[in-house]
Amino acid sequence: MTPRDPGSRNPDDPGNPGAQGAHAPGTRSTQDPGPHAPGAPGLGSRALVMARIRRALADVPRAETPGEVPVERTYHRVHGDRGSAETVDLLAEHLADYRAIVHRADTPDHTGAPEAPGAPGAPSLPALIARLLADRGATSVAVPPGLPASWLSDVPDAVRRVPDAAELTPHDLDAVSSVVTACAVAIAETGTVVLDAAPDQGRRHITLVPDHHICVIRVPDQVVGSVPEALERLDPARPLTWISGPSATSDIELDRVEGVHGPRTLEVILVGPQTAGRS
Amino acid sequence: MNAPHQATYLGMPAFPTAADASTRNTQLRANLRHATHTIRAKRASAVAELDDWSRLRAAGAAIKDRTLRHLDHYLERLESAVTAAGGHVHWAADADEANRIVTELVRATGEREVVKVKSMATQEIGLNNALATAGITAYETDLAELIVQLGDDLPSHILVPAIHRNRGEIRDIFAAKMAQWGRPAPEGLTDAPADLAEAARLHLREKFLNAKVGISGANFMVAETGTLVVVESEGNGRMCLTLPETLISVVGIEKIVPTFQDLEVFLQLLPRSSTAERMNPYTSTWTGTTDADGPSTFHLVLLDNGRTDTLADTVGRQALRCIRCSACLNVCPVYERAGGHAYGSAYPGPIGAILTPQLRGTQSEVDASLPYASSLCGACYEVCPVAIDIPEVLVHLRERVVEGGPASVRGTRAVIKPAKGHAAERAAMRAARWALDHPLVLRTGQRLASRTRRFHPRRLPGPGRAWSDTRELPSVPEESFRDWWQRTRGGSRTEGRKTT
Repeated sequence: MTPRDPGSRNPDDPGNPGAQGAHAPGTRSTQDPGPHAPGAPGLGSRALVMARIRRALADVPRAETPGEVPVERTYHRVHGDRGSAETVDLLAEHLADYRAIVHRADTPDHTGAPEAPGAPGAPSLPALIARLLADRGATSVAVPPGLPASWLSDVPDAVRRVPDAAELTPHDLDAVSSVVTACAVAIAETGTVVLDAAPDQGRRHITLVPDHHICVIRVPDQVVGSVPEALERLDPARPLTWISGPSATSDIELDRVEGVHGPRTLEVILVGPQTAGRS
Repeated sequence: MNAPHQATYLGMPAFPTAADASTRNTQLRANLRHATHTIRAKRASAVAELDDWSRLRAAGAAIKDRTLRHLDHYLERLESAVTAAGGHVHWAADADEANRIVTELVRATGEREVVKVKSMATQEIGLNNALATAGITAYETDLAELIVQLGDDLPSHILVPAIHRNRGEIRDIFAAKMAQWGRPAPEGLTDAPADLAEAARLHLREKFLNAKVGISGANFMVAETGTLVVVESEGNGRMCLTLPETLISVVGIEKIVPTFQDLEVFLQLLPRSSTAERMNPYTSTWTGTTDADGPSTFHLVLLDNGRTDTLADTVGRQALRCIRCSACLNVCPVYERAGGHAYGSAYPGPIGAILTPQLRGTQSEVDASLPYASSLCGACYEVCPVAIDIPEVLVHLRERVVEGGPASVRGTRAVIKPAKGHAAERAAMRAARWALDHPLVLRTGQRLASRTRRFHPRRLPGPGRAWSDTRELPSVPEESFRDWWQRTRGGSRTEGRKTT
């Protein structure tokens, strides 16, 4: 075991990327002058903390690379063995466990006609969205720029459309009744929908300030079984919001209560070809 | 609104003194027993749903170990990724420096008020008081933190800082104090949890909608991508991370995971361990800044404040794996009875008993007492989602307190002096070692003790008195085991005179 050199151990690293260009190269030191040493305060702290780390890791062989520290990933990629219909059912069950209200709709392509009273099977998506907004008494709805126009085609004009725009202030949004979005992916095992701010979901604030969120999941394509499968589909460069049921808290006596700051009503619509035998 | 100072952990008494008072508080004990027992059973069933829990746990520990062994490498990667994504990275060697950096950043915006997401790192450094000194008011927005702030109280739990308060006490605090901080509590507020949550929503709404600066911590930072992760329930986190123009995140340097895919382990381990949910209601991730979505300015303050000292201890290092789930608090028999305040820091419970003395050193009376705030039952290790062997570190730190020895103090190697008050313990141990090394001395001593047994006191005199206040002295047998064995050969010979 060679004690580690206090200098950079990773010559392949992208050098000194710079905290706002704050530190000069070559300021690393094995001495610890303390953060309040003379000189520009804060500027030396990067070098200081790095030197402390390298001293602290004197037991780590100098030649060891991060990849040589073993990580055994013997855990499951997904728990259980399910077909896609069963995965969608599990998603519905787990969403409902955490008080999301789950609906099913047929794909717009599959139903030319609006929902007929007493008709068997699921309603069309536009009819269902219109009904949910009406039941809620919504007077306005926030609309992401890329939301398919047909989704709101049955919503009366009296319900004001509020397009998602950068100029919208939080106060503007506070006056909006509801918001309708698509999602990026949904996770069956945990009952989670993930938004990634794509055009059919809009900026993060529109799904946060209004008190009623209708989220449409295209099934089975957008549904995965597990957290590992979801991460594979997501782009970390985009801002992500993982939503598992409406806002809740366990802060009073460690007992779960729904409804604090986020939307207090989350309605999820599973839209897709409705297969026979599904409840 | 002027910025009132909040209570601090400074000058807290040693654990035994604090616990002596708190264990007599029957209301506190009832509240804690109720809350911890509620969550224990739920956690067990949430964990039982995953048949690969032990493998996830091992992977979580291994990923953290990989990160810690190459922390310099990952910090450099993180810094360059955050910077490339439009964020600004600052480094703080200690609490004072972190507070100074954040204060300057807030001042530069011209704002006098900030909204805060619950954050252990900012509790640890006492940020709210530092901001108050600079005339800046920090509004806590997590429900439990709000209860603590309004009640001029201190957090007593990692996940639920107001766990020591029951619903009636919370109602009283809201009714009495909300008006001093903003919108008053509704008339006729009841103690139903749903009504209390509604009152918090109304009280904080205007603060969120007007906020220009948000301050947060982070549960994870991804080195590869520069992504930060905040795991929460109420939506106050989303509000603070999304609505303000400026976001400042103060995060301990150990919060790194190497890759985005590594989150697959921790996003399974954390919610089930902390709130016993399959997944917490909201998880937000962000990478630098995004055009016209969320804050336009993002500052990341990387905090050392004793973490590198902890890293230097090859046994104690594992404490830096901690993901702040609080499962160890919820199962701990000592925590359940003594409560969180007795631990004298933002980190109570078993993890606090090993983390605080490493972050702050063992010089102060309370810090030196923390490794003893445990019965070493091991329940904490069993539930820890990243397999921190808390009992092992406790014993290791007890040795450091009693014996002293080499340790890293603020980045410099130092030799710790043995703590005061353990002289009798050390003398007794030395005497025991000598006696056990000399069979003749041992035998003579044992026989002497046996012959004088009827004169032995029930209570120890002098400094030993405190020990025997709550314990019976063991009674010395009539005959030592060695003498009995020599006489009977383990019972194979007929018992002689000693039969009863």
